[in-house]
Amino acid sequence: MLNDLAIEARGLTRYFDSRMVVSDFDLSIPRGSVTGLLGLNGAGKTTTLRILMGLLAPTRGESYLLGKNSQCLTPDDRARIGYTVEGHFLYGWMTVRQSEKFHRETFPRWNAGMFDATVRRFGIEPSQKIRHLSRGQKAGVSLALTMAAEPELLVLDDPALGLDPVSRLALNETLLDFCDGGTKTILLSSHLLDDVERVADRVAVMVHGRLVVNTTVDDFRSRVSSWAIEHSPATRGVESIPGLVHSRQLGGKTVVTLADCDQETEAALTRIGGATCERLPITFDEAVIAYLSRSRESHSFLSSNSKRGQERMALD
Amino acid sequence: MQIRISVGNPQSIYRQIADQIRRAVVTGELSVGEAIPSVRQLAKELVINPNTVAKAYGELTRDGVLEGQPGRGYIVANRKNIYTKTERLRRLDQVLDSLVSEAITLGFSGDELLERLSKRLEKLLPDQSLP
Repeated sequence: MLNDLAIEARGLTRYFDSRMVVSDFDLSIPRGSVTGLLGLNGAGKTTTLRILMGLLAPTRGESYLLGKNSQCLTPDDRARIGYTVEGHFLYGWMTVRQSEKFHRETFPRWNAGMFDATVRRFGIEPSQKIRHLSRGQKAGVSLALTMAAEPELLVLDDPALGLDPVSRLALNETLLDFCDGGTKTILLSSHLLDDVERVADRVAVMVHGRLVVNTTVDDFRSRVSSWAIEHSPATRGVESIPGLVHSRQLGGKTVVTLADCDQETEAALTRIGGATCERLPITFDEAVIAYLSRSRESHSFLSSNSKRGQERMALD
Repeated sequence: MQIRISVGNPQSIYRQIADQIRRAVVTGELSVGEAIPSVRQLAKELVINPNTVAKAYGELTRDGVLEGQPGRGYIVANRKNIYTKTERLRRLDQVLDSLVSEAITLGFSGDELLERLSKRLEKLLPDQSLP
């Protein structure tokens, strides 16, 4: 067990009855990194986070947080890990300050300055009643409660869900502040690709319970490329291009997104598109969406060839 | 200088930062010896991951645009050519190749391209006399 890994998962698999929700999930997250866990609703993100946190047992496989087995975390281990769940459960009748007092009882360390700074960033006064807060502000309180315990590792399940732009900014600032020293680690699931591009240095993409991308944001960007091909009878052959992530129709063209475009791939592109083949600029969100869109259609027509790109991306 | 970045851009954030600093150095907006914001400071200002800024500064340091000063952060480096003449020409040709082919694709003539280029140079480097 290497010490420089904040999170390590090996072959995590979880079935609910006969339904597989997480499958053979391997993940290594180095300390000091911010990882965005992306995937469609139902891809298995929340289940994975719950297994990592030891709140759910895996059917197979094992995972470690800060070097400790997820299924045997002691209260001391848990005090070093901050975890927020989707939806932020807080008592509406408490004030923000009462909520802090209630919470701090259960933690060995408490950074009151950090709590106040975080809630203020979300425009909250400690004297306010929880029930009068907006959804974004509740998220702020929940985050402040988690951060004030000074964890070494933050596991956040969709912290940005339903936040307004100002609260999103406050969230991003809080997360970046948290990892300022370079030793603290964050794993967060999200649907906000722009925010992930900003805040994260690593990206993990889940599709149908499998981890298909796990690398740095820059590596991901440089390995995914997008090409436009004019329609011709040969275009039907795009499904056979090595490393194909996704293809879609756009006007009179077929736009293909590829992982790890090498000589073999370029040869296949030229064979199909000929001289009309044109490389397109691709943004981070387009690259992620290509992976997620493909997953939505995978039950229909894509051949097994198209999985190759995913497997190659998953190698990291 | 004010560095601005946008997300959802085909250029990665680190590339946007590196390009803007390069441009500011070339145009003289940043002068030799001038300090630029620290990694932490810029990351905070732009609300981005500090590693992204560090990567941009790392590339600029490698290319001799910036210089890391122990305890003082980064300053604009004294312009020295860290590449050999051959390497500089190779790099220039690489950029020229893509410029020329893009211009041809867009249907510009050689004269139009040259005219455009010299106008651009005059704007960016007004002090240098051009033939």
